[in-house]
Amino acid sequence: MAIPQRPLPQPDDATRPYWEAARRRELVVQRCGSCETLRFPPQPMCDACRSMTVECVRMSGRGTVFSFVVAHPPVLPAFQERAPFAIVLVELEDDPRLRIIGNLLDAPAEAACIGLPVEVVFEDVTETVTLPQWRPRGR
Amino acid sequence: MKRRAAIAGLGQTAFSKDIGLPERTIALQAIAAALDDAGLTPADVDGLVRFDLESTTEVEIARNLGIPSLRFFAALPYGGGAGCATVALAAMAIATGQASVVVCWRARNRSSGGRPWAGTGAGVPGDKQFTAPYGLVRPVDQIAMLARRHMHEYGTTSAHFGMAAVACRKHAARNPAAMMREPITLADHQASRLVSDPLRKLDCCLETDGALAVVVTSVERARDLRQRPAVVLAAAQASGERHFVMTDYYGRHFLETPTTFVARDLFARAGVAPGDIDVAQIYDAFTPLVLFTLEELGFCAAGESGPLVSTGILEWPDGDLPTNTSGGGLSEAYVHGFNLILEGARQIRGTSTCQVEGAALSLVTSGAGVPTSALILCRD
Ligand SMILES: [Zn+2]
Repeated sequence: MAIPQRPLPQPDDATRPYWEAARRRELVVQRCGSCETLRFPPQPMCDACRSMTVECVRMSGRGTVFSFVVAHPPVLPAFQERAPFAIVLVELEDDPRLRIIGNLLDAPAEAACIGLPVEVVFEDVTETVTLPQWRPRGR
Repeated sequence: MKRRAAIAGLGQTAFSKDIGLPERTIALQAIAAALDDAGLTPADVDGLVRFDLESTTEVEIARNLGIPSLRFFAALPYGGGAGCATVALAAMAIATGQASVVVCWRARNRSSGGRPWAGTGAGVPGDKQFTAPYGLVRPVDQIAMLARRHMHEYGTTSAHFGMAAVACRKHAARNPAAMMREPITLADHQASRLVSDPLRKLDCCLETDGALAVVVTSVERARDLRQRPAVVLAAAQASGERHFVMTDYYGRHFLETPTTFVARDLFARAGVAPGDIDVAQIYDAFTPLVLFTLEELGFCAAGESGPLVSTGILEWPDGDLPTNTSGGGLSEAYVHGFNLILEGARQIRGTSTCQVEGAALSLVTSGAGVPTSALILCRD
């Protein structure tokens, strides 16, 4: 039986560039066009200076696990076969004020720990949607 | 608003896994019971305040009860965070003359009605588009993310979380209305299955069908009614900076929740300190929330809640801060924390099944992690 589809992002005007970049296998965040503060998740206004001018900048794709959980059943049907699975909150090396949620791939859930060095990988989950994900990297 | 309004009536249905009645019906039952308890009739009611998640509207409530005219009504957001805020808003309406008798309620068939997260759609808009595609949809996962970081930063343990579960069950054992009354030990907690590691089944609240309501009126009017008034000494509502859903994954201060900001205003408005509180009802959808709330309200410093709960502080009758004395969401019922408000009022009345002798200051908090609210109730 086919695995049910996982929930998919429904982009809006602010988030569309992030998901389009993921499709190109690039991890990007917003940078304020005025004061250059980086921000994630995407939103229309810079909370530091109120500018609505925005650029996208590519991140190195390196980070460390800031926190994580290992989800055990009951979970959404789409995740049933992979449970227990790790959900990680990754702090980006480019700017520790930036954190992004993902799954830990290419490693068992038990490998997850706070401080684990990770790098971004891109998982094509449908023909049009690619998710930034994370896997362990050497220090 | 200080000492201007009081909780004068309490009403609730049974709590069960499957109550077999629609939410509208149990809402009406609970409200009617609260009015009877106060010695008031629907004709006395001129205000209604509900959760925005409530499935029954004010006009349906008014139509069914036969309330002749409403002059004040509102619906409050952010899930369990709305609880104490409904009473706070009712008290504001009364203090400013906008209404004289306001009913607040929560009716929720959360057990038979299914788990909200299980209905996560194929396309996820808004804040959740950065979490749901990764399977991060359950409230337990969101709180476990905070719990893990707290353990890492402060050495908090799963057993520390378990202390809250054990205390709640001990209290529920004395409460005939509670759903889970069989005592548990810390070993039972540690043996319960992992749901979202580091959290276990016994770290999670119950799944409950049930409804509760309170009647709020002026202190002067409450004095003439049937019950001893539980006076609203102070209330506070707050959200923090850059808030997202239940956990500020992206926040500058990861372990800081809106409770920090509730505390800032609540105690200042009441003119009391955390150490003055006699008894507490702390929102406990998941055990770590009890510990985090103790820290953010100032009962201990950041990171010290684990050792603090290990002293038995939460347990009635000997603990310094008997907490969730009806069993709370972990063992009495989980109705978005509304049962905590009724138990907070019972402590002031002197009618709790785990009554704190001479309780004069009774604290109630609502949803932790979300934009939230809290109350301090006192004697007249
Ligand atoms: Zn800016």
